[in-house]
Order: sequence, then C-alpha cells, then structure tokens
Amino acid sequence: MNTCSRKSTGAPVVRWFLIGAALSFILLFLVAPLAAVFAYAFQKGVQAYWNAIADPDAWAAIRLTLLTAAIVVPINALFGIAAAWSIAKFEFRGKNILITLIDLPFTVSPVIAGAIFVFLLGANGLLGTWLEARQWNVIFAVPGIVIATLFVTFPLVARELIPLMQSLGNDDEEAALSLGASGWRTFFRITLPNIRWGLLYGIVLCTARAMGEFGAVSVVSGHIRGVTTTMPLHIEILYNEYNFVAAFAVASLLALLSLVTLAGKKAVEWASARRPVEEFGPE
Amino acid sequence: MAPTRRRLVRKSILPGFGLTMGYVLSYLGLLVLLPLSFLFLRAGAMGWGDFWSVIASPRAVAAFKLSFGASGCAALLNAVFGLVVAWVLVRYRFPGRALLDALVDLPFALPTAVAGISLTTLYAANGPLGRFLVPLGIKVAYAPLGVIVALTFVGLPFVVRTLQPVIREIDPEVEEVAASLGARRRQVFLRVIMPAIFPALLAGFAMAFARALGEYGSVVFISGNMPMRTEIAPLLIMTKLEAYDYAGASAIAAAMLALSFVLLLGINVLQWWSRRNEYV
Repeated sequence: MNTCSRKSTGAPVVRWFLIGAALSFILLFLVAPLAAVFAYAFQKGVQAYWNAIADPDAWAAIRLTLLTAAIVVPINALFGIAAAWSIAKFEFRGKNILITLIDLPFTVSPVIAGAIFVFLLGANGLLGTWLEARQWNVIFAVPGIVIATLFVTFPLVARELIPLMQSLGNDDEEAALSLGASGWRTFFRITLPNIRWGLLYGIVLCTARAMGEFGAVSVVSGHIRGVTTTMPLHIEILYNEYNFVAAFAVASLLALLSLVTLAGKKAVEWASARRPVEEFGPE
Repeated sequence: MAPTRRRLVRKSILPGFGLTMGYVLSYLGLLVLLPLSFLFLRAGAMGWGDFWSVIASPRAVAAFKLSFGASGCAALLNAVFGLVVAWVLVRYRFPGRALLDALVDLPFALPTAVAGISLTTLYAANGPLGRFLVPLGIKVAYAPLGVIVALTFVGLPFVVRTLQPVIREIDPEVEEVAASLGARRRQVFLRVIMPAIFPALLAGFAMAFARALGEYGSVVFISGNMPMRTEIAPLLIMTKLEAYDYAGASAIAAAMLALSFVLLLGINVLQWWSRRNEYV
C-alpha cells in the first residue's frame, strides 16, 4: 500500500480534481439523502419525533417488521449455511448453475417477487383456491409478507458464506473427522468458528433487508393499517398523508439500522484481516 | 435426483452432502423456481396475441422506454463516477477515506422507501436542493430526471465494488514505465489502464443497470407516477395488480424477467471473460 506515496498517477492537480469529484458525487448522492432523513425527523423537535414513534400504528408496524425478520432471518441463515456447506465442501456437476439459481432472486424486481406469490397463492391463483377452502389467509395477510420477504432475502447469507467457505478449504474438517470427531461436532467446533464473522455479517445484511423491504411486501400486504403494514409501508402511508415528520421519524430508525449494517461490514473486514495472527497466537 | 446424485458427486470423507443439498434444492425449488415458472406458465396461457397487445400498448411501451432509458443513464453516470470513486479510494490516501469507503455500501443497506422519500424531499421545489434547481429550470422531483437520480443512488455501489479489486491489481510501475517512455497522460489512461479495467467496468455497469431496471421503492416517491411520462415498468405491474388485471401484470412481469435473465447471462459471460483475460 505504498503506491499512493509515489504519486504515480500524476500531478497534484489531477489528484485533487479526482478526489474533489469523488467527494462531491458521494456527498450529493449518499450523504445528502442520509442526512436529510435525520434532519427532517427532528425538524419539529425531539417531542414530535418521540410522539411519531410512540404512535400505536407505528408500534404495530415496528412489531410486524421485527416479527417478519425473526421468522425470515433464521430460515435464510440456515439455508445459507446448508448452501455453503454443500457447494464449498463438495465437488459436483452443475455447481455453477446452482450458484446462478441461488442468485436469481437478486435479478427479480421486488414488485415481480411479490406478484409471483399473488399469482400462486392469491384468491384465483394455483394454490389460492385450496388455501381459501381452508380459510388460510396468506396474501394480504402476515404469511404473505413473510413469504415475499423470504424470497427477497433468499441469497444474502449464502452469498457471504459460499466464497468464504471456499477460501477456507476442507483441511481443518478432514483433520477433525480423521481424528474421530462426528460430523456435527466437526461443524460446531471447526467450521462454525471459522465462518462466524461472515455468518454474522450475512445475518446483519439479511436482517436489514428483511426489515427494509418495500416493493415485494407492498404487493402482498394489502395495506391494512396497523395490521399488515411493515415499517416501510407505514412510512409510505405517513408520507402520502403529508405527515412528513412522522414519516421521517420512522424512516430514521431504518436509516440507523443501515448504519449498523455498514459498521458491521467494516468490523467483519477488520476481524477477518486479523484472523491469521489470531490463529498463530497463544490459545 | 437421488439415484443419479452419487455419480455426479466426487467422493469425499466429509458428511452432510445429502442433508444440506436436500434442503438447498427443496427450498430453492419451492420458494424460487416453482413461483417463477408459474409466472411464465400464466403469461404463456394468455396466447401470443393477447400477450403482445399488452406488451405493445402505448402505456407499456412508454414505461419500458423510461425504465430502460433512465436505467441506462443512471448506470452510465455510475460507470463514470464509480470509476473516479474507485480510483480515488484505491490510489489515494486522504483523511476520511475509510469513512468514504464504508459509505459506498449505503444504497445496499438503506431501505429503498427511505431513500425515496428523502431524495424527493431534497429535490422538491421547496427542498434544500430543489430550491436552487427549480428556478434554473431543472426539475428533478416528479420528472424523468428524478427517476435517474433515484436509480443512480440505487446502483452506485456496483461499479465501485467491482472496480476496486481490479484497480488494486494494476501495478503503478506499469504506468510509470509508459510515462517514462513518453506516453502522455491520456495515452496512459486509454492504452494502459482502460484495457485492464474495462471488463470489470462493463460488468459493474451491467449490474447497476439490472438493479435499476427492477427498482421500485425509491422511484415511486420521486417520479410522481404519471402514466406515459414518469411511470416505470415495475410501477405499471403494480398498477395492473391493484386493478386485478392479473393477466396484464403477468405479461409485463414475464417480459421484464426474460430481459433481466438475458442481462444476468451477459454479466456472467462478462465475468468469465474478464477472469480468463486476467491471466493472459
């Protein structure tokens, strides 16, 4: 990293021009919107901010958002671990196709992600009539929100873990197994500690996305205030009612969560950069 | 799958392949592949004539044009400034660099609805930025330009994050050699740097473009959603769903999905191509 000191890319004029351009771009497109969220949230003071968050409908939205995340994150985290184990630890044909298929939900527009479940599970959908006969409300109810969120956050943990496990290799696990450890014991004592930071970051990413998803949830929610509105949907309702302070107050909670996500990524980068030292250090 | 699996998989002493692969395949099939293929079945059941009449209707064509045009502009903007940001982050050291680097991921982490209301308020006629832009005749909020701004925000990390590792690989000595042999700065950029980063730049552009095509949350607030003028394709799907026009919604959704898959394929080919070229 001594490349910078050599100033190989030319005169200071060019250098400062490029830094200035990069900074202005980041300021205009990233810092300004982020700062605006907090500025508008506290526009009318702390009391107005607090009233907006303590509102019963806002609370209902926060509870539904947390409930959704609490269901979605463990399922997709488990899937991520299973996907990473089968893809990174074994050699089989069609691996690249499987990885592409796992990434598929990222290329599907959130609105389409919601729409496919309306088509499948909605009133006149393929399974809709069957569900209706049993009076199971899925679409325009909480289960639909959970399913749409599962779809949208599907690849997040797997994507973090697959390259990580591939880079770690199989040597540690093979050593443990040949010394007589069981498969589960090997996983919990060897693999899990090795991937813990990547897994943690995947979970943080998945949680943030699950709580912030808007398009897909918007399609399947039915927008019943206080019942099927998650935080992003509640923000939309408040914003469309010109209740800007309340909208930005709820938005500031999600913005805070996104800052935690960014900090989490930096922390994981630090932790994984430190790992080699840790391994050779005293126990 | 079970009977053929043994021949497809290389033997390993590690356990758990059947269990984990079983979970992965059944979950992937139920949650992703089954619903997606049902969408195509449903759109296919319409018949070609009906499908085409939905896709080629003036309102749908206007929505597709805006979606592709604005996504293209946003991805291009991100390609240019993403290159500058990635270059600055890799090559220069200055106070606040680590913070800047962390901030690049913000669009991945900030919910799109939050970005949407924030950008709209910033660029509205009485907003902190709109106040100066609107008197100059630059209308961002509730205009096509607003769609481009929102999509630029959404696609910003892709170009930067694909370029950073590639720029890190370029040895500054190569540039010095070129310069000492008499190459001008523009020549060094076009002949030395550009060929090395071009595949990654293209891949980043394509990813930002694909992400922008499907974006909904940040755009609905800033665009104003006027049919024929500021209505993007995902919003048209939403409008048709809300009107219970499921056939129309599935036709547009199927068309958009097919286009995204073609893009995804292109990205994968590009990445494969750039990885191969790295070692040549």
